Amino acid sequence: MRLSVAKVFLSLLFVLIVGGSVVGGSRVMAQTGASAASTAGISQTDRIAALEKQNADNAVAIAAAQTAGDNAWMLVSAALVLMMSGPGLALFYGGLVRKKNILGTMMQTFAMMAVITVLWAFVTYSLAFGEGNAFIGGLHNVFLKGVGLAPDPKYAATIPLQTFMVYQLMFAIITPALITGAFAERMKFSAMLVFMVLWALFVYSPMAHMVWGKGGLLNASLGGRFPTLDFAGGTVVHVTSGVSALITALYLGKRLGYPKVPMPPHSVVLSFIGACLLWVGWFGFNAGSALSSGTLATSAFVATHFGAAAAAIGWSVAEWIRQGKPSALGAISGCVAGLVAITPAAGFVTPMSALWIGLIAGVGCYFMVVKVKAAFGYDDSLDAFGVHGAGGTMGAILTGIFANSVINPIFGKDNAGNPLPTGVLEGNAHQLLNQSVGVAIAWSLSIVGTLIILFIVDKLVGLRVSEDDEREGLDLSQHGEEGYDWAH
Amino acid sequence: MQKIEAVIQPSKLDAVKDALVEIGVEGMTITEARGHGRQKGHTEFYRGREYSIDLLPKVKLEVVVADAMLDKAILAITTAARTGAIGDGKIFVSKIDEAIRIRNDERGEIAL
Repeated sequence: MRLSVAKVFLSLLFVLIVGGSVVGGSRVMAQTGASAASTAGISQTDRIAALEKQNADNAVAIAAAQTAGDNAWMLVSAALVLMMSGPGLALFYGGLVRKKNILGTMMQTFAMMAVITVLWAFVTYSLAFGEGNAFIGGLHNVFLKGVGLAPDPKYAATIPLQTFMVYQLMFAIITPALITGAFAERMKFSAMLVFMVLWALFVYSPMAHMVWGKGGLLNASLGGRFPTLDFAGGTVVHVTSGVSALITALYLGKRLGYPKVPMPPHSVVLSFIGACLLWVGWFGFNAGSALSSGTLATSAFVATHFGAAAAAIGWSVAEWIRQGKPSALGAISGCVAGLVAITPAAGFVTPMSALWIGLIAGVGCYFMVVKVKAAFGYDDSLDAFGVHGAGGTMGAILTGIFANSVINPIFGKDNAGNPLPTGVLEGNAHQLLNQSVGVAIAWSLSIVGTLIILFIVDKLVGLRVSEDDEREGLDLSQHGEEGYDWAH
Repeated sequence: MQKIEAVIQPSKLDAVKDALVEIGVEGMTITEARGHGRQKGHTEFYRGREYSIDLLPKVKLEVVVADAMLDKAILAITTAARTGAIGDGKIFVSKIDEAIRIRNDERGEIAL
């Protein structure tokens, strides 16, 4: 029934359009016919000119319509990714700390929303996405010079460059915010600010440029030397933040009393809300990375959702078997691990592959957090490395295995017009090497960059709060307020 | 005068309160408390880490009654608060020397 209504509607539309152009055409003929009845040739030339003009007008109208559609989705996506930081990540991390540190923990993420934004406008957008060499962008776009409303076809041909800029900014915000989970409950707010500014400049910007920037070493779509498949930031966001997180946890040392004093999460409820906001926000993160609202966005959206679901199941089942009960914290941690792992793969893999990637990451991250962390004894307080570093690395490698040219023919076509294979399962074994190079560079840059920055900040302002301040909690010692006021 | 301090399961508070009001006890003080007796605690797991929680949530109820009321009050509490399982709580009784109503300086049992 509905189909036939649609058919009638479409036929009507067709009649209207054809009728309209015939009427328009005859008007042209009438005008020319009045000037010189004998010059049929001129009349024909004019008709062709009129048709050409109409064709051009149509092309402009079609482009405008596509921009309207794509831009709408990209602005929504940018907002969704910001929502992942605040309140998503702030709640997720905030619930996992002790209650004397909740505001301090939330403020670390919120500070990124403000500070990284200003820094992005000043210089880091240019370093990440400006014209430069294979490793880092230049200074052509400092203070957003030249970043206007016209699209940059190399990045996204159908949306204003400013939309692209503000969308990428949201990634630059959440990436350093993820690190804060590793040094939770013990870092000075001032030191954290200096560290993050330097980290955004010298770790995030070069990594983003290498993978996504024009001429970047690892850029798969703009002809990089080692084309690494990273759809939405598995290496740029999760490997860099996760590995840097491990370094900060090792450099700062354990929290006072860890692991003897029990430090259970003060509210899994808050973490639960945060994780669910992350899940929803991640649609903007991954499906938005299509930089348009077409079929690729759908593909990434579906893969994202399936990856999260499978990982939540994977972690929960592993926990159920080993500890006898499936916990709420386990289920939401698994979901986040799956979202991390599917990030580089979304937009390259089929829904079934997404289920596999999620399942592997869910179980894998569970063992990283429960077994590996306990074996080495480092205090990655909220498991930023166990989830983002490990999940990001697994995801990046698995992307090279499961990537499929049916979903995204990123390597172009051969002479016969068939898309070139992308992943290992399709026959492109070489891609595993490319992915490994991407991962190795992300690890190396994060380790070296973070170590140097930590050393500088430690000498400059000192990294840790005093023992008294740590006992009192970051809320009071760093911000002079308390998250929960039980007296009133 | 006698003071009864009863540490009970939080879920039994309403039943105990009603039982005491029914036999004519007019005032009481309630505190949310944590503690354990022979029951000990339980274990919780967060991301594989084991936490033994040995102090469990309880409610502590304090009521001061006239000597004649003591046995009735104790019976009311034990009847209302008992589930028969470990962790039901305990009652402590002690002698009170004086009671004073702040509003009008009444003293002794009349002040209760």
